Amino acid sequence: MEGFPVISAIIAAPLAAVIILLFLKDEMLWLVRAISVATTSFCLALSLYMLWAYDKGKGGYQFVERIEWVKSLGISYHVGVDGISIAMIVLTAFVIFTGVFVSWVGVKQRVREHYIFLLLLVAGVFGVFASLDLLFFYLFYELAVIPMYPLIGIWGSANREYATMKLTLYLSFGAVFALLGILSLYFVAGAQSGVYTFDMLAISKLTLEKGYQIKVFLPLLFGFGVLVPLAPFHSWSPIGHAAAPSAVSMLHAGVLMKLGAYGILRIAMGMLPEGAQFWMPYVAVLCLINIFYGGLVAMSRKDMKFMIGYSSSSHMGYVLLGLATLNYIGVNGAVLLMFAHGIMTALAFSLIGFVYDQSHTRMMYDFSGLAKKLPFVAIAFAIMGFASSGLPGLANFVAELMVFIGAFKDYPFQTVIAVFGIIVTATYMLRCLRDVFFREPQDRWDDLRDATTFVERLPFVVLIVVLFVVGFYPAILVDIINTGVVPLVDKINAVPHG
Amino acid sequence: MDIWALLIIPLVVSVFIALVARKNEELSSYVSIGAVITGFFIVLPYVLKLPGDPNMHPIEQAFTWIDIPGLKVEMGTLIDPLSIIMLFIVTFVGSLIHIYSRGYMHGDPGYSRFFACLSLFIFAMLGIVLSNNLIMIYIFWELVGLASYLLIGYYYEKPSAADAAKKAFLVNRIGDFGFILGIFVIFYATGTFNFIEIEQHIAAGHVSSGTLTLAALLIFCGAVGKSAQFPLHVWLPDAMEGPTPVSALIHAATMVAAGVYMLARTSFLYAAAPDAMVVVAYIGGFTALMAALMALGQKDIKRIIAFSTLSSLGYMVLAIGVGGTGAGMFYLATHAFFKALLFLGAGSVIHACHSNDIWEMGRLYPKMKATAVTFILGSLAMVGMFPFSGFWSKDEILSATFESGNYFLFAMGVLTAFITAVFMSKLVAVTFFGEKKYHGHPHESPYVMTVPLMILAVFAVIAGFAGFPGLEPNFGSFIHTAASGLLEHGGRGVHAEHRFNFMVASLSTVVVLGGLVLGWTIYSRKGMKSDVMEEALPFTYKLLENRFYIDHIYDTYLVGWLYNGMARILNYIEVNIIINFVINGMAYFTRQTGKGLRLTTTGQLQNYAFVMVGGVLVLMIIFAAIF
Repeated sequence: MEGFPVISAIIAAPLAAVIILLFLKDEMLWLVRAISVATTSFCLALSLYMLWAYDKGKGGYQFVERIEWVKSLGISYHVGVDGISIAMIVLTAFVIFTGVFVSWVGVKQRVREHYIFLLLLVAGVFGVFASLDLLFFYLFYELAVIPMYPLIGIWGSANREYATMKLTLYLSFGAVFALLGILSLYFVAGAQSGVYTFDMLAISKLTLEKGYQIKVFLPLLFGFGVLVPLAPFHSWSPIGHAAAPSAVSMLHAGVLMKLGAYGILRIAMGMLPEGAQFWMPYVAVLCLINIFYGGLVAMSRKDMKFMIGYSSSSHMGYVLLGLATLNYIGVNGAVLLMFAHGIMTALAFSLIGFVYDQSHTRMMYDFSGLAKKLPFVAIAFAIMGFASSGLPGLANFVAELMVFIGAFKDYPFQTVIAVFGIIVTATYMLRCLRDVFFREPQDRWDDLRDATTFVERLPFVVLIVVLFVVGFYPAILVDIINTGVVPLVDKINAVPHG
Repeated sequence: MDIWALLIIPLVVSVFIALVARKNEELSSYVSIGAVITGFFIVLPYVLKLPGDPNMHPIEQAFTWIDIPGLKVEMGTLIDPLSIIMLFIVTFVGSLIHIYSRGYMHGDPGYSRFFACLSLFIFAMLGIVLSNNLIMIYIFWELVGLASYLLIGYYYEKPSAADAAKKAFLVNRIGDFGFILGIFVIFYATGTFNFIEIEQHIAAGHVSSGTLTLAALLIFCGAVGKSAQFPLHVWLPDAMEGPTPVSALIHAATMVAAGVYMLARTSFLYAAAPDAMVVVAYIGGFTALMAALMALGQKDIKRIIAFSTLSSLGYMVLAIGVGGTGAGMFYLATHAFFKALLFLGAGSVIHACHSNDIWEMGRLYPKMKATAVTFILGSLAMVGMFPFSGFWSKDEILSATFESGNYFLFAMGVLTAFITAVFMSKLVAVTFFGEKKYHGHPHESPYVMTVPLMILAVFAVIAGFAGFPGLEPNFGSFIHTAASGLLEHGGRGVHAEHRFNFMVASLSTVVVLGGLVLGWTIYSRKGMKSDVMEEALPFTYKLLENRFYIDHIYDTYLVGWLYNGMARILNYIEVNIIINFVINGMAYFTRQTGKGLRLTTTGQLQNYAFVMVGGVLVLMIIFAAIF
């Protein structure tokens, strides 16, 4: 496949599908679904190809494509992937691939429009993870965020207007700050080097003045941090999950939140090493709010989606802690956790959605004994819960372990709190498992159906298999992520401390 | 390679049953039993070679699992006398329990699921035993937690079983919280997770004694959870919710023994951290005495045995704490036999009577002779009667304690032995010889259940001779090699090994006989309907029956008030202060401001003209004031 524009194909395929879908009739359900499945399978296959074909020995950015766009402003369509981006693209491909099947089962109205927005969103996400040009990064970023508004507003459940408005306002608010930082980088870097360019690689090569780095790091951290979500700007997230239809929750928690962390890693930390040294210790403190506060709030929630929503913001706290370590082990762990948590949380929302679509309630106290009626869902849910609680054999364990080991050296106190957070996670996951799936079955849920058909089971099986494969053989991802992490961490630590 | 097969076979079998054979109950049970028996035959040659080569060189095999700069994690196996003996116990007792389960679980709707979980459990347990490094032992440690969760919660439709499973997992997690932090401390002090390398670093004096004490105490937390020591002992009695073979497996030969095994595996660390040893010894001694007292106040046959298990675990931890690692492991081995025997015997009784309450049994001896005789042999081993296995192993612990100079702990140990003799004789007297109170027609269990009992009974009687002081090399010398290290070093670790102390032995024999006589005289009286202690000492009995209210305090105050309360307070802050007040307040303020400003857009020309003129006037005044 030498010379084949792999990355452009991954980004363009969903966009092409969107255009085809626009010309189809609503009644052509099977065709709409077939096109969506075909497109996302194609993206998944290509992303796995990249994972396989990436030359770990060489490292750096590979599969690079570059086309000048607006030469006078220094804008170009410039894409390429390193180990970190590949992990994120593979994650996105898995989540959208399974999400299409989940929507197949769950979405019954305006199916065509639903897939249009879903594919638009995912094209944006792929674009962000592959962009090497700041302006395109930002454009793709907006492309990923905007479709959330109709997706939640139209196909959402209870309280969707409030949720989608809040989400859009928060994310736009954050995006403005990120844009501010990006434009500032463009002008300052341009003034310093004499060449005005949005090229991330070119800007990364410059050594910007320390005071400036510290100043501009903040809007970038805040702007991307809102999306992570960094406490206390997290409250858009749980309700956004709760109101969104299953596939959208999957993408939201599985992928969109990772965009924020990726932005911090790639742009803020990658371009502003001294800014990172200055600010990341503060992040290591702030992330405790995510971990501890988010975890305990999740524990007292009775709505399963809210529980997973707060759990997600709690676990993104581990990602932030890993990034804040600024060492190989912690940053590798953070990236792997972004992947593992993305898969695990997609599984969580798809399972809860599967039950909710039939029961029309997500309150734990409404259920009991579902395991008898829904053995397949129960087993999948248990695997999800244990993955989330960091059980060995599943991907999250390896990632969290690496984050803890990385963090323990410089932040022993934070690590203690973070490890305690694992007990909290286990508490709410096992309580949920007990309340919903164990104990005596109730008559009122006799009509619930287990996942039995191929389409129903496929997303669960795929996500579970990924969790196990990475859990048993983490090197499959860690080795490749590490090639991206090492130069980044080296760059941060190359500048003198203090 | 055969060593890796020990791990791969049960895992593959477990997955095979879950995915392929779950509808075929016969096949499920046969492959599961086959897996553990195969494991036993893989281990057997190593065991047979051991007496000829007590100082065998440890065999290590490893492959890299994670390798990034600064962090290299291996998966590896370590074969030395310590792990060989443990492997033998796990696969041997495990095999018997598997076979017994075939009869006991007969007709259960979840038959295949049961055997899938058993195989998963065996996989995880063998992983702990084989581990050559701390990360791997932690991984399998957690997997044992998972398997025990599945097995304790086997009857998941029963709320009490669902609760017990959750409790066991979470309480263990609290211990693991310390364990993993201890692993990090060790890693940053030595740069490795490998046992042999850590030992080398410690022996070379690279690690400060403060760090060692901290690491030893944190790692001990893990053992406190798994081996159910005070204050994390609360999960074990509740875990009796699982099917009886599970109790035998988890609480006799495997899971709870894992904590003690791990302490033995890291004994080089404890030998170098004497301050931590004191804590270990006192926790162990206290647990032993406390649990024995609690056992006095129980009516449920499985619970009585469960509390005796807690007490035995206390003994083992005490042994390690006073430097008698060999004695602790020796007790672990004999305990695995007699405790598995007692649990399986109890299962046989429950199977026959359909009740757990010993006051609803009585006079079972004529009905089920095989069960009764084996149970009595197990009980005699348990109380440590000469010459049964428990006598030799308990005696070693007591002598080790005595010779380490901890006379207070020694007194606690002797008192525990006395109380154990009392409640065990009560158990036997009431269940098998007391007033007839059972309903229906209990009958002896099938051979598939009684034959394992007989085999275990033989070992419960004779296993003690493996540690016979006159024998050389005996059990203790194998453990001595393992515990005193793959390297020799001078710690206070093992000096108390294997000196038969005649004074201690006769004292404990007298005490045990006294306890037996006392228990028997009280509880073999005719016409007794319930525990006389309940009438004679109502307050004490209530206190013991309710386990000193420790569970109650945990549930109400620590979990109910502190943990859930904190969560509720934070949730209140989140919902009412952050979301409703701050965030929605900001939105409200914005909306109201907009509403107010909207009023200015009246659409009437004269209003706009008025505002315009007014604005010009204000500007003129300002300008005039400035210039």
